[in-house]
Order: sequence, then structure tokens, then C-alpha cells
Amino acid sequence: MNASLSLLARGSLRALLLLAACLVVAPASAQLTIDITTSGGRQVPIAITPMAGDTSQPQSVSEVVGADLARTGLFRLVNTAGVSPLPTEPSQVNFPDWTARSAEALVIGKVDPVSDGRVEVRFRLFDVAKQSQLASYSYVVAPTQLRATAHRIADLIYERLTGEKGVFSTKITYVVKKGRRYELQVADADGFNAQSVLASNEPIMSPAWSPDGSRLAYVSFDQKKPVVMVQNLAQGTTKAVASFRGNNSAPAWSPDSRFLAVALSKDGLTQVYRVPANGGDAERLTESAGIDTQPSYSPDGQWIAFTSDRGGSPQIYRMPASGGPATRVTFEGTYNVGPRYSPDGKSIAFVQREGGRFRIASLELATGQVTVLTDGTLDDSPTFAPNGKMILYEAQVAGRGQLAAVSGDGRVRQRLTSSAGDVQDPAWGPMPTN
Amino acid sequence: MKNIALYIAIALAAAACASNDKKDSATVTDKSTPVPSTTASTGSSSTTRTQPSQPMAGNPLTDPNSPLSKRSVYFDYDSNSVKDEYRNLVQAHSRYMTADKRDSRMRIEGNCDERGSREYNLALGQRRAEAVKRMMTVMGVTDGRIETVSYGEEKPAAPGHDESAWAQNRRADIKYAGE
Repeated sequence: MNASLSLLARGSLRALLLLAACLVVAPASAQLTIDITTSGGRQVPIAITPMAGDTSQPQSVSEVVGADLARTGLFRLVNTAGVSPLPTEPSQVNFPDWTARSAEALVIGKVDPVSDGRVEVRFRLFDVAKQSQLASYSYVVAPTQLRATAHRIADLIYERLTGEKGVFSTKITYVVKKGRRYELQVADADGFNAQSVLASNEPIMSPAWSPDGSRLAYVSFDQKKPVVMVQNLAQGTTKAVASFRGNNSAPAWSPDSRFLAVALSKDGLTQVYRVPANGGDAERLTESAGIDTQPSYSPDGQWIAFTSDRGGSPQIYRMPASGGPATRVTFEGTYNVGPRYSPDGKSIAFVQREGGRFRIASLELATGQVTVLTDGTLDDSPTFAPNGKMILYEAQVAGRGQLAAVSGDGRVRQRLTSSAGDVQDPAWGPMPTN
Repeated sequence: MKNIALYIAIALAAAACASNDKKDSATVTDKSTPVPSTTASTGSSSTTRTQPSQPMAGNPLTDPNSPLSKRSVYFDYDSNSVKDEYRNLVQAHSRYMTADKRDSRMRIEGNCDERGSREYNLALGQRRAEAVKRMMTVMGVTDGRIETVSYGEEKPAAPGHDESAWAQNRRADIKYAGE
């Protein structure tokens, strides 16, 4: 059963969210629409009742919670039509009715106005079979924060039912190319609330979130060559942190935020260096006669994985984060590039060429096992959700760049479509720090 | 930082070149007419169009009959070796740099077709630019006068998704400072 969620633009909501946003940004012209294209395995049937008082608000909390959960491919929404009266308190829940509807989990709640224009959102999560409450929370927020609150509720439900952290409150960034116009956009993980944080008539590449989500590093061509910039999202300020002779690209933040590993060609062919995150001298980390690029720090900060064609074909290598002897970690095939460490550090997602097709694959470091996760023709730029469960990437569909996502086991697939033009180079942001 | 300083230095050097050139009446003609940028907008080109019929005969870099007006070296897929057919082109520019304009500087911009990973392609394009530069340094151009950069797959000359487009996009372009 494939849930298909059309999360289309809602102008008034977007305007409200824009007011609430703390980013220095302009609204983007198009949302991403996310569809689940494949889901495998058992889905937990969950009933999410419309919350009392929800309909008088600018955003239906229960709708957003349901859409978040269904999009993971791990849940099936149980029909709540005909339930009357809708329960808002535990004493009103008719468990046999929910059992008859084959719901295993139930969410009830209500939205009540409180003083100074704010609203209180209460929700409760039940285990239907055990007739017991699993979670109960209450938030007092401005109506403009209802969508963000719904994501937090979805995060709690997801964590309670799966044991993993939810990523519904995270953000993603990606580059939109419309004709000759490039925009770096930031959106909520569900594609809503897209905002343009940078626009240029020159290419923008390889955005990378700082570990705390406050800054984006990216490659700008505004100086008619690739230069690594860092933009502070709250202040809107930008700074060139690697602008050496030749190319400056492929920024990757060290987990402690002190350094950016970058690919520079200042000494000839492209090699991996690190620069202080605020700019400064470059320290060379690789010494090869080939191309070394696309660094990615391990989450513990001990290692850097990178692409190198020192052995003839481009393969993935790993070295200590401060430089030193590198060891090759991919051996199958003649083109394995663009490594990204998973958040738990146990695997690396990368781009593999096989028979002229470029696909996203995953390498389990302990065993060397490689799993091809996607079936596109020109897939690129894998980026892990911060809970490691999904990988967002760029796919080419009918000659256009579009975003897609796949679960770490390859079973759940999503397509994120946009009418805006080419969408490319995604990067999934960190868990929000509250 | 350092690089901004370098840019300023290049700009100053270019300005100095322009004034020095006035002493050299044999080659001054090309400086009297603004050289249109290859990416000039319609707005700026109309302002330089005061003498539209002038063929710019004095500037070999833009004279279509001069080998120096040829600026692109094309590559095979997955290759960064400069094919023999481009040797004359590279030779002509090297001679210009070493004999005619000993104070000129150039940037070589490498490009790739769209296949493959964006960042690796950026490095591949840079290696193509570097291959052309290496040939020029062998021909006597000093290393410091040539900067190699890459646009990777970001600036395709042909927008298509087939071999005929890709063949036009696997290239290195020669641009002189000030162009």
C-alpha cells in the first residue's frame, strides 16, 4: 500500500511561517512535493484522530502528524471517519472500536486557545491492544508555530514506536537551477516552507550544514571560479573561507566545527586540505599524484573518507582526519566516488558507476559489504538524514535534476518533485538544537 | 585574504601593462578598442558598438583569421590528454604569451560532460585545464602566468543529454586576463 501525500503549497500558511522563520531569507517560489514510490515490509497501522479545535487554526496539526508518519513508509494511516464523538480525553477512547479498525496505535488531542493569542496543543499516544497510554505532551505556542509543533509531535510518536529519533523537525538544503539562475534553498524536511538563502547567476554547488545547523558552507562561482563560502543563516552574512589559486570546493565540516575539509588545486591537481572554519591557511592532508576530493569526516572526527584516482580509477579511501596513510575501502567496479559517512559511522554512502549508470550505494565498513540502493541513471550527492534512516540524493529524471530519498535498507523510496527547475546537490541538516 | 591580494596584484599588473603598452606602438591598436567579453550582455555590447564595421584586425585574439581566436581544446570521455589536433592551437597561444605579449596572463577553464559525480567532475575539469597548462609550460610559458580552474559539469556549452552535446562540453577554454 503506497501512501501518496500531496503536500502542495498553501500560500497563507507559508506566509505565516515566513514571519516565524528566523532565517534571513526570501520565500522560494515552489515547494517540493514528496511521494512515496515504494515501501516494503510491515507498516504499523496508526489512527490519528482530528484534534478538537484543530480546524479553527491555520494549520491542522493532526494532518501534518499523519503526513509525516506516512511518508516514512513505516506507518499506515487508519481511517478515522465516522468516529463520533472524537475522543479528546483518555476516558473517551473506545478501544474495542479501534481494535475493530485494526489500529495498533492511536493518537488523540486537542487545540485550545489560551491567553495572548497563543494556543495549547495536547496530544496522547495509546497502545490500542494494551489499552495503555504511551506518551502525553502539551505545548503552548503561537498559531504560526503549529506546523513546527506537529513535527515535534510526529518526532515523539516515531521515537516511541520505532525506538529511533524522528527527523520531522529537521531542515534540508538544495540548489535550484532555473535557466541561468541558481538559488540555494532551505526547506523543512517535508519540503514545506522553502526559502531562498542565496541567489546567483553563477553556479552554486555542494552545500554542507555546520554541525549545529547555523551555517552553510557551499561552493560559489561568483568570482568566475569555485570558491568555498560560509553563510551564517541567521545573520545572512557570507565569508570566503577557501579562495586560493585554482579550484576551491567540496567543503565538509569537522564534527567539532573547527575545520572545513576542502578540495583545493592550488598546488596543481586537486588534493584534500583543511582550513579553519572561519578561514585561514590551508593545511594539506593528502599527497598523491592523482585527484583527491570529496572529503567526509567520520562522526567521531577520527577519519576522513575521500575520493581518489591515485590507483587509476576513482575509488574511496580513508585516512586519519589530520592526514596520513590512506587505505582503500572500495574494490568492486571502476568508479566509486563521493563518500558520505552515516551518522553512526558504520557505513558510507557513495556514487557507483555500473554499466554507464550512476547509482547510490552503501558500504558497510566492518564487512566491506556493498549494497546498491537506487536504480537511476545519474544519481549523485547522497546525504544521510541525521537519524541515519533515509538517504536523500539527486536523481536525473527526463533530463532534469530532481531529489529522491531511499531508506538505508533500500526498501522505502520517495521522490521529491518540484516544478521549479533542476533541483540538485541536497544536504540534510542536523537534528535541531532546542 | 591572500587570494584577494593576488587578484589585486593581477589587476594592478594588468593596469600597468596597459600603460606600458602605449610605448609599443606596434601592438597598441588592440588596446584602443574595448575587447568584447565572450559573455557580454546586450547592454554592454551596444555601448562598444560605436564602430560596428571595424573588424578588430589589430587584435589577433579576436580576429577569426588568427589561430589565437581558437580557444577551446576538446577531450575524449574520461580523458585528459590533449589530442594532437590541438597542438597547433596550444602552440599559437604559447608563442603569443612568450613572444608577443610577455606580460599577459591567462586562465584555462576545464569542463566536463554531465555524466558522473558533480564534485569529481569539477576535479576532472581542473585536470584537463592543467593538461593544457602543462603543455604550455613545456613550450616556455612560465607557470605563474596561467591559472587553471574548472567549471566541472556546471557550464555546459551544449545543453543536450547525448554524445554530440557531451563532446562539446568536454573541453578546456583559454581566457586572457581582462577578457
